Amino acid sequence: MNGKMVNAPSRGIIPERDADKSLALETIHLGISFGGLKAVDDFNLTLGRTEIGGLIGPNGAGKTTVFNLLTNVYAPTEGTIIVDGKDTRGLKTFQVNRLGIARTFQNIRLFNNMSVMDNVLVGLHHEMDYGFPKALLRLPGFYKSERIAKKRAMEYLSLFNMQDMAEHKAGSLPYGAQRRLEIVRALATNPTILLLDEPAAGMNPSETAELMENIRKIRDTFQICIFLIEHDMSFVMGLCEGIAVMNFGRIIAKGTPEEIKSNPQVIEAYLGREKGK
Amino acid sequence: MSVLNNLIGGLSLGSVYAIIALGYTMVYGIAKMLNFAHGDVIMIGGYMCFCAMQYLGLPPVVGILIAMVVCTVLGVLIESLAYRPLRGAPSLAVLITAIGVSYYLQNAALLIWSSNPKSFTSVVALEPIQLAAGRLTVTGEAIVTIIAAVVIMTALTIFTSRTKMGKAMRAVSEDRGAAQLMGININRTISMTFAIGAALAAIAGVLYCSAYPTLSPTTGSLPGIKAFTAAVFGGIGSIPGAMLGGILLGIIEIFSNAYISTQLSDAIVFAVLIIVLLIKPTGLLGKKIREKV
Repeated sequence: MNGKMVNAPSRGIIPERDADKSLALETIHLGISFGGLKAVDDFNLTLGRTEIGGLIGPNGAGKTTVFNLLTNVYAPTEGTIIVDGKDTRGLKTFQVNRLGIARTFQNIRLFNNMSVMDNVLVGLHHEMDYGFPKALLRLPGFYKSERIAKKRAMEYLSLFNMQDMAEHKAGSLPYGAQRRLEIVRALATNPTILLLDEPAAGMNPSETAELMENIRKIRDTFQICIFLIEHDMSFVMGLCEGIAVMNFGRIIAKGTPEEIKSNPQVIEAYLGREKGK
Repeated sequence: MSVLNNLIGGLSLGSVYAIIALGYTMVYGIAKMLNFAHGDVIMIGGYMCFCAMQYLGLPPVVGILIAMVVCTVLGVLIESLAYRPLRGAPSLAVLITAIGVSYYLQNAALLIWSSNPKSFTSVVALEPIQLAAGRLTVTGEAIVTIIAAVVIMTALTIFTSRTKMGKAMRAVSEDRGAAQLMGININRTISMTFAIGAALAAIAGVLYCSAYPTLSPTTGSLPGIKAFTAAVFGGIGSIPGAMLGGILLGIIEIFSNAYISTQLSDAIVFAVLIIVLLIKPTGLLGKKIREKV
């Protein structure tokens, strides 16, 4: 038995989603310029409620910038982002998160000096409903809310069988476990869209295969949309239902894995043009 | 017996430094800035308590509460008006602004209360306790100050490790960007930190003025600088570090006053700081910062 597979969680943490099939994410002419440089230009994309989408492209194509735009870390200079039917213009990053976008990072950014449990509890921050006075006076409501939050955090950790590590410092975990904890922490914020920035980076082929399986299970369990950046082509082709390819800040191709594989523009972007053609 | 007397004096002064240093260290840890106006918030706290007791005839406890409320509001205002607009600015700009706020508060106090020192009535009504046939004297102020410092440190430790807001503060302290992507409101968290720091400054101000009962617009400067030193000494950003640094600094100051030279005591305090930082650059309890390659 592989100990790292996603376990079926108890019903408590599966969000209730309305059954309508509207889009999870839509971007219209999205773009950003830094000075005169258009880092992302005319980026149009739609993602379905339970779709696994992939974003690929050569280094410097603007993929991570797209993630930063989607989370309002950068304010777009052009275009619109619609999350769950709502325009995110002018919202702060934390508000976009509460609207339903969570993400992981290319270079892991856990709260290293905090325990694994506390990392997940930070993700659950928005729904722990006691205020400062209750905590200060340690009223019964504080203990109750604290107990419920810890129980839910444990349920999230159990997705990857990480309950035993709850009291460890996040920074002391092995690399693979840190990557998994980042996903758990992001899931704890109850997203409708989960953005994964190079989730397979630094993993060996068997870990990568396991990760593919886990991402599918997360999608099936939580019924969320997953959008990922990855350089590992077999990973992207094997997992994603739709793929967008970027080069120099623009989408040069969109389609199913099969369509992308045979697209001449994509081949050119990755391999260069043959001489004389 | 004079050694013990001095030790108690040092603990008492050190506890005041510790309470102020806790404010410095919290703000530095979470907002990543040195709030040089912190010492002047102490002075405002002292004046508030003084006015409440002297002009309004209110009891000391109410005076302390008024000082805390006014300073908390002041701390939040300073943060939102002076520091928040500079959130993305280089740290030097923020530092200069903090020094500006410091002078602003001092001069505002000069306008309101003039430069004539006010004589502060101690808020502690306890009689000094005589021990060992009168050879050892413990003042009421010393007892209250030491107890206050211990209670505050314990409360802050529980607050940051156990509560939701405390966890949010630690998350913001470690990685502001990641924290806001987890749905944490950075501005609110930093405001909260300033509120706590300023409330502590008010308490420290009242206790400091009770022990050294002259109150003037520059009263806060020196204890502010010393407490900043204490926070660096203990490891800035660390709560137990601020406590330890404050107490050690107080003891060193009182002992050098008593046994070496009154004129040199400040020089000795800072010399010890320099030596500690040479041996352990992150301070006594500071965390090692690993450079990422």
